[in-house]
Amino acid sequence: MRNFVSARAREIPPSGIRKFFDLVLTMDDVISLGVGEPDFRTPWNICESGIYSVEQGVTSYTSNRGLQTLRDALSRYIAQRYDLHYDSNNEMIITTGVSEALDIAVRAVVDPGDEVLIAQPSYVSYGPCVTLAGGTPVPVRCTEKDRFRLNPDHLAEQVTPKTKALIINFPNNPTGGIMSESDLKAIADIVIDHDLVLISDEVYAELTYEARHCSAATVGDLWERTITLNGFSKAYAMTGWRIGYLCAPQDLCDAALKIHQYVMLCAPVMGQVGALEAIRSAEEEKNSMVNEYRLRRNMFVAGLNRIGLPCHVPEGAFYAFPSVEKTGLSDIEFAERLLKEQRVAVVPGSVFGAGGEGHVRCAYAVSRKELTASLERMEAFLQKI
Amino acid sequence: MTDERDLELLRILEENSRLSTEEIATMTSLDAAEVARRIGALEAAQIIMRYSTVVNWEKAGNGEVSAIIELKVSPERDFGYDRIAERLSRFRQVRSLRLITGTYDLQLIVAGKNMQEVSRFVSEHVAPMDRIRETATHIIMKSYKENGNTFFEQPETERLPISP
Repeated sequence: MRNFVSARAREIPPSGIRKFFDLVLTMDDVISLGVGEPDFRTPWNICESGIYSVEQGVTSYTSNRGLQTLRDALSRYIAQRYDLHYDSNNEMIITTGVSEALDIAVRAVVDPGDEVLIAQPSYVSYGPCVTLAGGTPVPVRCTEKDRFRLNPDHLAEQVTPKTKALIINFPNNPTGGIMSESDLKAIADIVIDHDLVLISDEVYAELTYEARHCSAATVGDLWERTITLNGFSKAYAMTGWRIGYLCAPQDLCDAALKIHQYVMLCAPVMGQVGALEAIRSAEEEKNSMVNEYRLRRNMFVAGLNRIGLPCHVPEGAFYAFPSVEKTGLSDIEFAERLLKEQRVAVVPGSVFGAGGEGHVRCAYAVSRKELTASLERMEAFLQKI
Repeated sequence: MTDERDLELLRILEENSRLSTEEIATMTSLDAAEVARRIGALEAAQIIMRYSTVVNWEKAGNGEVSAIIELKVSPERDFGYDRIAERLSRFRQVRSLRLITGTYDLQLIVAGKNMQEVSRFVSEHVAPMDRIRETATHIIMKSYKENGNTFFEQPETERLPISP
C-alpha cells in the first residue's frame, strides 16, 4: 500500500506541546500555567443570549460573511475603539475563531514558493498554515533585549525577492510584548518598501495593561495592505464559542471569503449571537477581567523576578515569559523537570519558534491562589537544581 | 478625596479583605508603606467601614430566620424619614435598612433566631412605632445570592491542561 499521507501533511510538525499534554494527564495535583485561555467563565449575559437563541430556533446557517447585525455592531465598535474602519458589508468576515481567519488569510495571499515572514516567538499555527498553503515560513526573531517587539533591522534582514507577506501578533502570545504606534511605523516602512501584505493577528488587543492597543492597519498607509484578525475568545472568555473575524480591503476580503465559503460556510450561529451580546453589553465584565489579569500579572511577574527567574514586564495578553537560562537548563529540560518534580506545568519557549529558546511561557490566567502556590513550587525547584 | 488608586484598593479589599498589605502591594505595583497609608486613610474616613465575612448561614445550619419588612411611613417635617430610620437602625435585629421608591417607603432586612423572634420584633417594636402606617413582612425562604456572592456550587470548568 502506498503512503497516503500527503507530503504537506508530513512536512508540518506535530504540535510541540503534545508531549507535555500527555504527561500532565497522567499526574495529579498539577498547577497548570500552560493554558492559553481565560480561566473565567463566559459572562452570563452572553451565555444567556446564546441559550435563548437556541430556544428560539436560531439554529441555521448564516450568510457566509456572518450575521449582518454582528458585522454592523463590530464595524462600529472597532471604529470607536481602535479607529479601525472597515465596511461591514464588503470588508469583514465572521470566522470560526481566529484560527480559521488566519488560515483563510494566508491562503488568500500565499502562492507556492512565496516566503512568509513570521515574527517569532509566535503562536504555533502560523508556520504550519503557511506550509499548508504551499509557502515557506521564514522566522524573524524578536528578542528580550527589544522587549519582544519586532525589530525593523531584523525584519529587513530576512526580506528576499520571494517575500510576500509578514505575520505579526501583538499583544503577543507567548511573550506578552506589544508594539506602539512608533514601533509599527518603523515596520510599516519596510512592509511598504518591499510591497508586502501584512497579516496582523490582534486577538489579544483588549488585553493591554498600560498603553491602549494600536491596531497595525491604522498606522501610516498600512490599511490598504493589511489583513486584520481578531476575535472574542480572549477578551470575553469565549474560547469555546469559536468566533473570530477577518477585516481587509475588499479585494483581499473577497478572496478570503471564497475560501471561507468552501471550507467553513459560516461560523456557528449561536457563537455569533453570543458575540453580538458581548459587544452590546459585556463591556463591564470584560473590563473587570482585564483588571484582574493586570493585578495577577503584577503579582506574578514580581514573584518570578524575586525567586530568580528574570522576566520582562509583559504589557499585554496574559503570559509571562521568564528566562530560565541562569538555571543552566534548556527550556525543555526546565519545563519537564518542573512538571515532574514540582507538578507545575509551563510551556517551553522553543515550542513558539525562534527567540523562544531559553524561556518558558507561564499563563497567568489562573487564580491568584494558584499563582502564589506555583511561585512557591518554582522557588523550591530552583533551590534544588 | 479618593483617587483611582484608592478605588482600586477598595475593589481588591471588597473582594478579599484578608490579603496582606504586601500582597496588595505586589498586585498594584505600589510599595507596601503606601498601601498601608492609603488603607489607613480610608479606614479613618470611614470609607472602609469594617472587615467582615460573607457567610452562607443556611449551610452553617444556625437556623436563623430573616425577613424583608416593608414599611409605609409618614415623614416628619424638617427630618423626612431620617429620624425614624435612625431609630430603626439601632435595633440589633435590623441588618439592612433602606429608603426606597414605590408602594412602601422603608425596607428592612431583619434577622432573628426563629420565626417567633422575628414576628415578635415586628409586632412589638416596629409596627407600633409612631408614624409607621403599614407593614408588610416577607419571610426569606432561601438565599441564592448575597452582595454579589452566589450560593450555588459551581462545578470546576474543565480546561485542557495545556493549550497553545
